Amino acid sequence: MSSTETAALPVRPRWHRPFGTVALLFFIAAQAFGYFATAPERDMGNLQKIMYVHVPAAWIAFIAFTVVFGASVLYLWKRHEKYDHAAASAAEVGTVLTGLTLALGSIWGRPTWGVWWTWDPRLTTTAILFLIYLSYLSLRAFTEDEERRARWSAAVGILGFLNVPIVYMSVRWWRTIHQVQSTPGTVDSDYALALRLNAFAFLFLFIYFVASRYHLARLERTLEARREEAALAGGPIHV
Amino acid sequence: MLATEARRVAAIAWKDATAERRSKANFNAVVFLAALILLLFGFALGPEVEALQQAAGGVIWLTVLFAGVLSFNRSYEQELENGALDMLLLYPGDRRSIFIGKLIANLAFVLLVEMILLPTAALLYDLPIARFVVPLGAVIALGTIGFVTLGTFYAAMASRLRAREVLLPLLLFPMLIPLLVAAVEATGAVLAGDAMGDAGAWMRLLVVFDVVFLVAAFLAFEYVIEG
Repeated sequence: MSSTETAALPVRPRWHRPFGTVALLFFIAAQAFGYFATAPERDMGNLQKIMYVHVPAAWIAFIAFTVVFGASVLYLWKRHEKYDHAAASAAEVGTVLTGLTLALGSIWGRPTWGVWWTWDPRLTTTAILFLIYLSYLSLRAFTEDEERRARWSAAVGILGFLNVPIVYMSVRWWRTIHQVQSTPGTVDSDYALALRLNAFAFLFLFIYFVASRYHLARLERTLEARREEAALAGGPIHV
Repeated sequence: MLATEARRVAAIAWKDATAERRSKANFNAVVFLAALILLLFGFALGPEVEALQQAAGGVIWLTVLFAGVLSFNRSYEQELENGALDMLLLYPGDRRSIFIGKLIANLAFVLLVEMILLPTAALLYDLPIARFVVPLGAVIALGTIGFVTLGTFYAAMASRLRAREVLLPLLLFPMLIPLLVAAVEATGAVLAGDAMGDAGAWMRLLVVFDVVFLVAAFLAFEYVIEG
């Protein structure tokens, strides 16, 4: 196959690798600060340290879903595939972070509450979000046509995001009626600093991951385009 | 202009309802399945009638969800045969009329199923539905509108994919959790005589859910129906 019009492979942005390295180092430093520089919590001891991964993961997951929403709206408005790539990338990273939030919350909850799972409003809302974005990703996986997938998942991404406040309200009322205690969230300043550092560490890693996934999506798209070209040219398909 | 669109909506709703009425196969199967699910819940939770009455709100709504979800894909599958959907899209006018028309037909379908399902549940679980017809009817109507709105919307996509049978509930059920919570709580409160006055708050949540997703699905439908 010698095609003269073969699309050039998209190039990874220059800032990407150095940024990833810095993000990783910052993450290690922030985790180390949280682990060594703050005192063990009075009641929970070192168990409290899980907060430095659990809470940032939850926050950044929420940012991720906001990005999915924004990119979905932009896609339907501008119809440029880059917004679809961005939505897909943010959704994948956000879903992983949500899963991480749930797993870490569960690990924390077992010694603290005595159970792996409790129908706490935030925990339950997170679980529902996890399901909503898993279903978003399965729709993407099952839809083969590129343009159709972008349109459909944009619509689903918007509706899913609109549901977030309704899910939270419904779960909170549901729990209030059934009378279950929640945990107090008063936090010492040292902890707050460590938490903030780790939140930024997660944010930088998030940006790196999304950028990587975005680059990958563009590569995949180029591959698809070359496949189509080869098929149209009628020769054997080499990929 | 609006009158023309209203006629298009009515035509599509009527067409779908007629197709359903003439075949009846799907309606009978869904009603039978709903009754079967009610019976199975009876075996799972019974035979103490108190336990069944306690769980009645949840049982009724899960039955509606599991039986109802089977009806949405069919609404588009009929159109996909012989390219009827493409023809429908070629006709002039607003595509959102197609959504409203199908929504009305599906709403009628699910409400009819519920009109058989509820007395059956009352019979099996000894529920006092006759005393609370009006509030119960309101809860059922509000919950069903939200359910059918999202069902009609997601089926427009799922029905055109290979894995449609599993994909539709996968897309639909996570989104319906707030509706399920609100509808179950409101139904339970109504059936218990609503001594705490909880049903009203849950019904307001149902109204919010219905309005948000009616508007969102209506606006997003044209992106979903083409191609």
